[in-house]
Amino acid sequence: MIVRISGEGQYRLPDSDAERLNELDNRAVSAVEQGDETGFGELWAQMLALVETDGEAVGDDELLPSDVILPPRDSSFAEAAGEFTGEGLIPD
Amino acid sequence: MAGLGGRMSTVMKSKISKLLDRAEDPSETLDYGYQKQVELLQNVKKGIADVTTSKKRLQMQSQKIEQSVVKLDTQARQALAQGREDLARAALERKTVAQTELQSLDTKIQQLVQQQEQLTQNEKKLRGKIEAFRTKKEVIKAQYSAAEAQVKISEAANGVGEEMADLGLAIQRAEDKTEEMRARAGAVEELEAAGTFDDLTQLGGGQDDIDRELAQLGAGAQVDDELAAMKAELGSGGGESPQQLGNGEDGK
Repeated sequence: MIVRISGEGQYRLPDSDAERLNELDNRAVSAVEQGDETGFGELWAQMLALVETDGEAVGDDELLPSDVILPPRDSSFAEAAGEFTGEGLIPD
Repeated sequence: MAGLGGRMSTVMKSKISKLLDRAEDPSETLDYGYQKQVELLQNVKKGIADVTTSKKRLQMQSQKIEQSVVKLDTQARQALAQGREDLARAALERKTVAQTELQSLDTKIQQLVQQQEQLTQNEKKLRGKIEAFRTKKEVIKAQYSAAEAQVKISEAANGVGEEMADLGLAIQRAEDKTEEMRARAGAVEELEAAGTFDDLTQLGGGQDDIDRELAQLGAGAQVDDELAAMKAELGSGGGESPQQLGNGEDGK
């Protein structure tokens, strides 16, 4: 699975992490629905950390479209929350 | 797919499919695609240069506000030395607001410097991808049938297109941020200008709009403290200057 952190770059994530990411994504959506800014912030930080830690940076010579694009790290809650609606970033 | 991923890929897909529809011959599509990418790279470079210019302008604004802080402090001292506590208070209130804004401005400029470095790095990455596309297009032209080539082209073009769209978005965000900061810094400059005590007799103790606004900002406590400190200073050492003036006139 190819994941982009918007404004930073692409990462190649193992399939096992894709499930974990999807789970965090779903929880982030429900945090947004409940207006839980703190909870959302934590989940989002976990998503970014997962991608950065487990992901392997995609090389500059590889031309791959992303499966998932995470919003920029410095997004405000309102901006980021706007992305985490319905099925979230990753459709189930 | 909802959200940013969805929106971005929709915009890009429509752009790319237009690109791919342009020519029936895949090798023509590839050459056109590459040419387009090189053109767009120029826009990216210009965008990053614009962010750099905005950042420099912002740093200059920050320096001006810093000067205002010093100036307002001097004016407060002068006002107090002449027994105009009301004016000293007004100057200190403005100084407090300017200082607070200055701190937040400096933090944001620091963030902007980091973002600019990231943009430059990503521009380098994009150049690498465009170069990879150039190499790949020759391979595709040489090795694949028209039908196979279409699939390969689509993937490669999507990869470069996404990189480009994402960098464009990041540049836009940085530009929006500098605009927002410049507007705020401008407001502080105006505030300072409105309260310039070039002529100390001009401004009475009366509350104008700015004073009320300042009072609402809760600058009060810090101003009280500073005023007390200034008074103490003037009382011990600086207090002599008005007396000396008096002496000068009296001494025959």
